Parts: sequence; structure tokens; C-alpha cells
Amino acid sequence: MSRQKKTDPRLWWLLGAAAAVSVLWLVATLGLIASTFGPEQRAQVLGLLGDRLALISLTWAAGMAVIAWGLKRWFDLWVTPSVQLAEEAQVLLRTDVVKPLQPKGNSETKVLVGLFNQLVTQREDLRREMDDKVREAARGIEQEKSRLGALMSELTQSVVVCNLDGRIVLYNNRARLQFRALSQSPTLADGAEMIGIGRSIYGVFDRQLVAHALESIHLRMARGAGSPSAQFVTTTRSGQLLRAQMAPVRASEAAPGEPALSGFVLMLDNVTRSFQEEHQRDQLMHGLTERSRSSLANMQTAVDMLALPDLEPEMRERFLGIVSEEVSAMSRRIADLAHTTTQGLKTRWPLEEMLGSDLLLAAQRRIEAVTGRSAPAAEVDASVWLHVDSFSLIQALTYLSARLVDEIEVRFLRLRLQSVDGRARLDLVWEGHAMSTETVMSWENDPMRFGTESTPLSVRDVVDRHGGEMWFERERLRHEAFFRFLLPLANASEQLEAAQILGSESRPEYYDFDLFQGVETDSDLDDRPLSLLSFTVFDTETTGLNPSQGDEIIQIGAIRVVNGRLLRQEAFEQLVDPGRNIPAASIPIHGITPDMVQGKPRIGEVLPAFHAFAQDTVLVAHNAAFDMKFLQLKEASTGLSFNHPVLDTLLLSAVVHPNQESHRLEAIAERFNITVLGRHTALGDAIVTAEVLLRLIPLLQENGIRTLREAREAAQKTYYARLKY
Amino acid sequence: MAHKLLIADDEPNILLSLEYLLKREGYQVTVARDGQEALEAVENDCPDLLLLDVMMPRKNGFEVCQALRADERFAALKILMLTAKGRDTDVAKGMALGADAYMTKPFSTRDLVAKVRDLLGGSAGAAP
Repeated sequence: MSRQKKTDPRLWWLLGAAAAVSVLWLVATLGLIASTFGPEQRAQVLGLLGDRLALISLTWAAGMAVIAWGLKRWFDLWVTPSVQLAEEAQVLLRTDVVKPLQPKGNSETKVLVGLFNQLVTQREDLRREMDDKVREAARGIEQEKSRLGALMSELTQSVVVCNLDGRIVLYNNRARLQFRALSQSPTLADGAEMIGIGRSIYGVFDRQLVAHALESIHLRMARGAGSPSAQFVTTTRSGQLLRAQMAPVRASEAAPGEPALSGFVLMLDNVTRSFQEEHQRDQLMHGLTERSRSSLANMQTAVDMLALPDLEPEMRERFLGIVSEEVSAMSRRIADLAHTTTQGLKTRWPLEEMLGSDLLLAAQRRIEAVTGRSAPAAEVDASVWLHVDSFSLIQALTYLSARLVDEIEVRFLRLRLQSVDGRARLDLVWEGHAMSTETVMSWENDPMRFGTESTPLSVRDVVDRHGGEMWFERERLRHEAFFRFLLPLANASEQLEAAQILGSESRPEYYDFDLFQGVETDSDLDDRPLSLLSFTVFDTETTGLNPSQGDEIIQIGAIRVVNGRLLRQEAFEQLVDPGRNIPAASIPIHGITPDMVQGKPRIGEVLPAFHAFAQDTVLVAHNAAFDMKFLQLKEASTGLSFNHPVLDTLLLSAVVHPNQESHRLEAIAERFNITVLGRHTALGDAIVTAEVLLRLIPLLQENGIRTLREAREAAQKTYYARLKY
Repeated sequence: MAHKLLIADDEPNILLSLEYLLKREGYQVTVARDGQEALEAVENDCPDLLLLDVMMPRKNGFEVCQALRADERFAALKILMLTAKGRDTDVAKGMALGADAYMTKPFSTRDLVAKVRDLLGGSAGAAP
């Protein structure tokens, strides 16, 4: 080792001191001896010694050499190893380097080295244990987070969690559907322009309203209320009525005097429909009381007149006319009332939306399990959505089947479902025997029994629960008979919602709890680190390359990246009718044919939705200048200016890998080993671009490019940028 | 001299009966089919008693009542409100706005005649 060869300066000092001392000692000894001599003797001795001075020097030098050697040995054995050991120990102490120290020097130092090594091992063990514990805890937290996310996503209540800035930290599928209904252009952005992780809830609710609710929660918390919550009802821009219940998210560690909140939970109910129903019910009540009273008054007075003994015949006719007119008006009113109440107001039992064919499938299985007879679902209208209590309805079907099999030995059962006149017809069909009305009545009204189990419900109760009807009918020609159930259909919007819930296969991630830590919203966007920004990564497909010469956008796809995560659920994808032909030569590139864009919205409708989707984010595209040109050319006609900050993954890639030949998206994706799916649809490309962006950010950081400003400046300086601008 | 009565109601069916009934009781009867018409009729005919329905087009009974009570000239006019609104809050409102009595539809004609006679100081119209 080179360090070992270097001689400790203290060795030189000691050696010098030894030399000086020995010279001094020699001089003092000689001087002392000389003082005892007379002058002649002194001259004589001087003469004698003077000739042998070289000899004296030689023995002195030899003596010094012995001393030097001794000192060196002593240093090597005692001092230098300690010094080196100290240095090496310093390294171990200050860094994470782990390596055993080499024993050296004298035996005591070697023992020390051994002790050092043991301490280091002990420290490492402790550290590893700690790391394990931390990792374990982190995994636990991660698990809990994802469990919570899963729970939320399955809830049928719509839930939105926000941090104190009103930024959305979590939302569930239901909330997404609800916001979709609030969106002014629900078919375009799928509501994703209103709800999204990191988006502000104030885009939907008035800030004052939320602030007021928060304040009342604060007050209640200050009073020490156990579960403080607040409620408000508000109308949204699209005219829907929402009831929101707000509960606090408490900060886990609040300093005394600090607000103990880190955010809030909103549970939302769209009460538009129930409000309308309420209103309708009010009107009915009004009709029943006030108008009937008037009618009764009219009749009563006329009847009183008719009772007069001296009534002229002509007047008698008129009063009779009044009575009969009022009677028929009353009858009409009551008929109307009955009609409306059966249409929806009557059912109070909580019913669920269910796809008819699913219900039949479940019923079929149950019937087969109980009776051992197959009950295939034939003639099923697959588009029928029911509004039912599926459990009790399947019980009723099973119960009737069991009695058919047990009591009249029916062998072939069949289920049938159609939608007729706004109601669903569910038939339980069998071949063979018909039955008497009395039998049907008793089957209908007996409490249902399954083996030894009995329920308090009868088939009639189940039917009533649905506000429906049920009867027995015979088809003589086909030698068949059936029980027919009339059941309510789910209304259109419920069908849609339920279909969407079923449609989402994998459990989507709708949360980012890191947002609770709060983002520095006060610092300028330009100075914020790239990893903390919200991006809208997008791509367009176009009819050609020259927007100024009439080329148009035919598809926009976009995806959000928030807090360094790609939010696949929050995507925007829309075909656009370009209002012109699509050149045949371009079709192989984007795969969009003229009939695909037929009937799609025009760019004037799509851009506002996209603008809302990209609000408060940084726009990112590959070769962004191209896409931006298309967007910016529409500014005059739509009045929307896309003045978002823009990043270009092509330029950023050139910043990170200046020596690579190609910065085409495919090439970069390959370099980063990104699996490319659905390339050359706008959304597919946007997703690849987003993946590229996520990998570029850490590489940019290594190059000292951390903030948005730095990234934009670096991009401007690249060769590619100079080529373009 | 016979008392003058004005009946204001938008339902022709009750109007016919009440007119017949009260004429038969010996009163001098005029009718109005909405609130505005009722106000004009009061101006022109200066009736002694107004049978006033609440639910009427143009001006409802409450408005008519309030307008009449704001006018000194009609201080002597008795107002009997007839209404299909049965809530006690409506009765309270009618009385507060200056009605002398309040009857909820449906009512018996005998009660009505008695109430009218009562309001007009016990004396009936000229006997038929």
C-alpha cells in the first residue's frame, strides 16, 4: 500500500531531536572533560582528536542509524497501524462501506482491530434488521393502502377524498360515474376532465361551499364532537342536484393549536331523481287534497241545492249536471294517481339494477340445484336490464319450480325474458299439466318453504316488493303453461352505470395518498421538480402533415401522469370528424377510415373537452411542435388557447442520449425496453410517450435537470431543437 | 233593504250553486271569476260581504283580501274566505290578512248561510 511507504513526519522530528540531543551530549561531555585540562593538554587532546574527528562522526552516525532503525520499528509496530486503523475506521463510520479491517501492527492493535470488526458486524446486523422492519412496515402500509383502494372501488356509494388544497387524493368508480353524469360533454372525456387524481374538487363544487362545510367541521372538532361531519346540497353546472356529506381526514400528528385536518372525505349522492320524485309526490298530494276538496265542495253545494223541495226543473238539471261532471273529474284524478304511483312511487324496497340474463343464469343454477331438473334460459332478450331484488326473486322462482316438480311432476322447465311496454316479462315455463286457479292462489300466498327451511315471504310478497304482478297462463297449442312475472325495468341511466361497473375488469387505481403531503402549490410551476408535476401526455392522428394547408385532426388520445405515476384510468380518447376526406395514403399509418369518423363530433366540440382534461397540467407529446401546431391553429375558431407549458419527449431524449442516432418514439421505446401495445392509435402512442417520459425524468435528474424550467431550457439547446426552430 | 253579496270563485260549478243559494236566501248577489274581477266588482258595487276563494287566477284570494284591507273605503266590508287549502297555516294567514271568517271546502250550505247571516249582524236579507 502506498500509504505504508510514506514515512510519518513525526518520525523525522523524533530523529532530528535524537540527533540534536546526542550532539549536545557529546559537546557537553567534551567541554566538561576539556575544563579539567590545562591549556597545553587541551591543545594536545584537540590535536589528537582533531585528526580522528571523522571516526567520531562515524560512530555518531552509526549510533544515529541504530536509533533511527529503532524508532522506525517502533513507529511501524505501534504508531502507524493505529493511524491507519483510525483512517479506515473513519471510512466505516462515515460511509456505508462494509469491509473487515486487516489486522496489523502489534498484538494489542490486532485485538483492537478484531473488536472494531465485531462492532461493525453488529452495526450491520442492526441496520439490516431495521431495514427489514421498515420494509415490512412499508409493505404493510402499501397493502393497507391497496386494500382501502379496493374497498373504495367496490363501494356503491360514491366517495371522493381530497387534501386540504381540494386536490383529489382518492375517488372510486361510483364517483367517476357520477361525475361523468355531471360532465357537460360526458361522451367525450368520460368525465375524466372533472375527476382525476390531483385535480381540484373546486372544478365541480363552489370553493366557498366547501370552505363553509370545512369550517363547520372545524368548529365541531373544536367542540370535541366525536364524528364531526357536514352536509350540503348543491346544483352543478349541468343542473344536477348533488347532496354531499363531508367528513374530516384527521392529521395523524397534529401540533397543538394546528388544524388537525389533513383533508376531507366527500360522499356524494345524486339526489336529482329522488328530488324529482319527491316533487312529483307533492304534486300528487296536492291533487289529492286541494283539488278533491274543491270538487267535493262543488258537489256538496250542488247536492244541497238538489235537496231543496221547490227547485225548478231547469235548475235541477243544471245541478245534476254539476254533480256528474265533478264525479267524473274526481274519478279521472284518482285513475291518474293510481297510474303514477304504480310507476315507481310505490316501490320502497331497495332494488338493484341487474342484467336480465345474469339473473336468469343465477336462477337457473339455483333451480337445478334444488330440483335436480334443468331449467335452461331460452328466448332471452339480452338487452333487458331489471330493477329487482334478485335474492327474493330467485327464491320465488325456485320455490315455484320445486312445487311444480314435486306436486305435478313437471320434468321440463324453461325460463324466458322479454321486455314489453316498459316492463319486463319473466316467464317460468313448463310442459304439460295446467293447474287450477285455487292451486295457483295457494302457491302464490303460502309462505315459501325450501325443504325444512321456511321464509316469512310468499311469492305474492316478492311480487309486491317489485311493484309488479304475477299470474298463471296456458298455451294450449304448444301444450305449455307458465307463470308470468311483470317486473320493473332499470331506467336508462342506471343501465348505463351498471354496465360500466361490470365493464371495468381489473381493479383500477383511483388513489394517490402521497398527495396528502401536499404539493408546493405556491412555487412557480417552472421551478417545481419534474417528478411532482401533473402531465397530460397526448398524441394526435391527422389527415396529413400540414395543418396550415387544411390537414385536420382525426383522433386525440391523452393520458395523465401525476406524481410520477401513469394513471391509465384517466384517459381521453376521441375520434374526430375532420370535415374533409382522409387521404387514402394516410390510412395505413393511423388505421382510421372515413366511416370510422362519420357521425363523430367535430374538432370544435372535442377541443373544449380536451382543454378541460388538460387543465392545470403540463402538455407532453413526442415531437410536440407538430401536435401543438394543430391545436394552436384552432385557437381562433374555438377561443381556447393551449398556452400550457409544453415538454417534448423527442427533445428530452436528445438531451439524455445526445449520441443516439434515432429519437423516433419506437427507437426510444426499444431503448427503454417499453412494451408497445396499440401503437399508432392516438391513445396507444400517448401511453408509450408517457412511459418514455417517466423513464426520462430520473435520467434528466442525473444530468442535473430537475425542474420544468431546466428541462425546457435543456430541450431548447439540443441539436434537434436548433434544427427545428 | 237586501244586503249585497259578491261571490269570487273561478269554479263555475260552485259559483252557480252559491249564487242560486244566496239569492234564494234573499241577498242581492253578484259574481266574479278571478281576483282582478273581484277587486273591480267591489269598487263598482260596494257589497256588504265578499265570499272569497283563495285559489284563483290573476290575483289569488290572499292578494285580494290584502288589497281590500289596505283601502279605508272598504273597512265595513266583511270578507269570508273559502278555500280548499286545509292547512291551519293557511287559515292563520287568511285571518291575519284581514278576513273576518274562514271556511274550508267542502262545507255544508247550511253552515255557510249561517256564517253569512252571522257576519251581516244577524239580520238576513229580505225574506224571499
